[in-house]
Amino acid sequence: MANFETPALREYPVIPLIHAGVMAESKPYVAKPEHQEPLGFPGKLVDNWESVAVKKLGELVDESRALRVFLDTCVKCGSCTDKCHYYLGTSDPKNMPVARQDLLRSVYRRYYTLSGKLFPKLVGARDMTKEVLDEWYSYFHQCSQCRRCSVFCPYGIDTAEVSMAARDIMDAVGVGQKYSNEIIGKVFKIGNNLGLPEPALRNTLDGLEEDVKDATGVDVKFPLDEKGAEVLLITPSADFFAEPHIDGLIGYAKVFHQAGIRWTLSSHASEAANFSMFIGSHENMHKVAIRIREAALDLGIKRIVVGECGHAWRVAYSFWNTLIGPFNFLDPNYPVPQHICEMTYDLIQRGALTLDKSANDDKIVTYHDSCNVARATRMGTMPGGQFVIPRAVIKACVNKFHDMEPGSINESTFCCGGGGGLLTDDLMEIRVKGAQPRMQALKHVVDDHGVNYLAAICAICKTQFAKVLPYYKYPMDMIGSVHGLVSNAIQLGTKE
Amino acid sequence: MPAVTIVYAVLFYVATAVLVGGVAYKVYVYASTPAPLKIPTTPAPTTLLGVAGRMLREVTVFESLFKSNKWIWLFGIMFHFALLLVLLQHLRYFTQPVWFWVVLEQPFGVYAGFLMVVGLLGLWARRFLVDRVRYITSPSDHLMLALLLAIAVSGLAMKFVFHTNIIALKQFFLGLLSFQLEPLPADPVLLIHLALVATLMIIFPISKLLHAPGVFFSPTRNQVDNPREHRHVAGWSASINNPGGR
Ligand code: HEM
Ligand code: SF4
Ligand code: SF4
Repeated sequence: MANFETPALREYPVIPLIHAGVMAESKPYVAKPEHQEPLGFPGKLVDNWESVAVKKLGELVDESRALRVFLDTCVKCGSCTDKCHYYLGTSDPKNMPVARQDLLRSVYRRYYTLSGKLFPKLVGARDMTKEVLDEWYSYFHQCSQCRRCSVFCPYGIDTAEVSMAARDIMDAVGVGQKYSNEIIGKVFKIGNNLGLPEPALRNTLDGLEEDVKDATGVDVKFPLDEKGAEVLLITPSADFFAEPHIDGLIGYAKVFHQAGIRWTLSSHASEAANFSMFIGSHENMHKVAIRIREAALDLGIKRIVVGECGHAWRVAYSFWNTLIGPFNFLDPNYPVPQHICEMTYDLIQRGALTLDKSANDDKIVTYHDSCNVARATRMGTMPGGQFVIPRAVIKACVNKFHDMEPGSINESTFCCGGGGGLLTDDLMEIRVKGAQPRMQALKHVVDDHGVNYLAAICAICKTQFAKVLPYYKYPMDMIGSVHGLVSNAIQLGTKE
Repeated sequence: MPAVTIVYAVLFYVATAVLVGGVAYKVYVYASTPAPLKIPTTPAPTTLLGVAGRMLREVTVFESLFKSNKWIWLFGIMFHFALLLVLLQHLRYFTQPVWFWVVLEQPFGVYAGFLMVVGLLGLWARRFLVDRVRYITSPSDHLMLALLLAIAVSGLAMKFVFHTNIIALKQFFLGLLSFQLEPLPADPVLLIHLALVATLMIIFPISKLLHAPGVFFSPTRNQVDNPREHRHVAGWSASINNPGGR
């Protein structure tokens, strides 16, 4: 299948000894000029790139308290060293969060701190050289920005912020990552990550209406650009045709249908994902997100609901109000934005949905907390609602549910291995190896409870697991949407 | 006045100025650097009071570290708690009359010195024994531990072996506080101890010791989780002006 070895799954988690440099050759394809320029980045490595990079670093530190404090305060205590799934899966020491930060911190110290200017060797400060840039390119594309390290650092140092900054600097000198930048370009040009134009989208939705009609005999609508609808649904474009994502979309539609909520998708804002976060570019992040405000105003909707997607929910929950708010034109009785799981959960609480758990009796389910949802957002009003609400939705739809071990769920969840802009075939090795800690926790519930369904609420997680599960000898269709379970359980025709 | 007295007086004035000025400057820089986006590590408190509690737990019981690694936590808490007791105990060299709670704390302060040494040795041992920690250690990390250990050991040496004239020492520091020179006892161990302490004070604002003020400014720990309820803007995000709406 590949020219690398899939890591073994063990009885107990083992912290590997370090093996320096084993992942040094892992690098994604470099963006071509046509991927760089639409985002406002130089097409290739600029001439005086060293000074451009150092200057950009200074600007980023000046505009971000997080970055400045994180670069200054690390005491090298080592607490984070065994927390990254990429370290656990590869044993490359540069995948230890602190070592990853040090790739950037060493340059920061050299140019922006007294000790680094005077005694570079003593404090591990380095000049900005081509070797350093190459290392950045390699290892800052082995971080999925999952924030697991940040949970366990005594100062909350978040390596995700450091990788975003490093990628922003690399884009500024002209060495971007093809995968992310090409996708952001597609959003600008066509409207979504998949490059699905409006007619194709309409076609797909019409097809779905027919499929659901055939399967259930009920006219469940998949409206597009419907003015005056109550809810605008913003969902990752993968939901429109990738498996198992599409079952989730069908689930959302059935929930709206049974609850009698008029909803619509938008062809102008047909994408929840915002890969600009991965590359740390707030200009592009704003540009991608603003389409949603425009669509909401244009369609005259009252509420915005976000479909199953991890980093998109982070951008929506944490950043939308800042980037594309204020939302004073929307219904103040609902949170803006609202997660689809929050909406379904509320409807279940109110008895608005008829769910038959036995429809999922062929499934023994576990739930993967997606990293961005778990550690960068909330659902409901209680801290930790992001763990409770999706599980409550699942448990309302299935009889057999088992959580994975405590150190691998909730705030300690392991990333799927494909987040943060790494979901590309040119990074297959790091994706497979980075999935090892999650796969190991999964193995235990498979062995102990016969789990055969891994539910998730993130488009990236779903695609990643569909790809890596077979490497670990599990069937690819084990991964499914939470709203795929809702879709099976919901009894249409009972509430009309 | 003997030359050592003058040299040490100058040294302590300079060290104090660097420590206070340097930390104040760093705090100013941290406070004035904007945090444009909401990035608390969740689950996070949804109120300011909750955040104060989270921060208090971080700086008193090292909550996140406890979740992460019991060995680092044990040695770390041992060292820091002992350091705090020792520092408080040292107040008696700067106050006349000595505050009553410093007197009460006295017996603990003495033994805290040993605890501090054990904590530091434990932390240092990790830098040799755990391959991951060895990998991330720079020379400056060793030097910092060596410096603190040398301070602790030279202090304990004076307490239990090479006694110095505490009365005269106190006169020296009280004198510094009122800008008068009093002779400093010229015992070698004392001079070493004091020089090391002054060194620590001077490097504080330019080293990783900035974690002490820094932790209070860490956005992942000090932000309230309420982005939907309150529109947060700062720095570049404050200049966003979106058309439409009401
Ligand atoms: C607000 C006050 C402070 C807090 C919350 C704090 C917290 C911490 C924590 C959580 C660690 C990591 C665990 C460990 O290695 O012990 C640490 C490390 C350290 N702290 Fe502090 N600290 C504070 C003040 C200080 C002060 C005043 C000093 C010294 C003058 C100091 C010196 C050190 C050193 C040297 C280390 C690194 C130990 C090593 O090399 O392993 N800290 N601190
Ligand atoms: S953010 Fe996640 S992927 Fe990145 S260093 Fe931290 S633990 Fe690893
Ligand atoms: S846990 Fe935090 S302070 Fe400790 S080494 Fe990692 S990043 Fe540095």
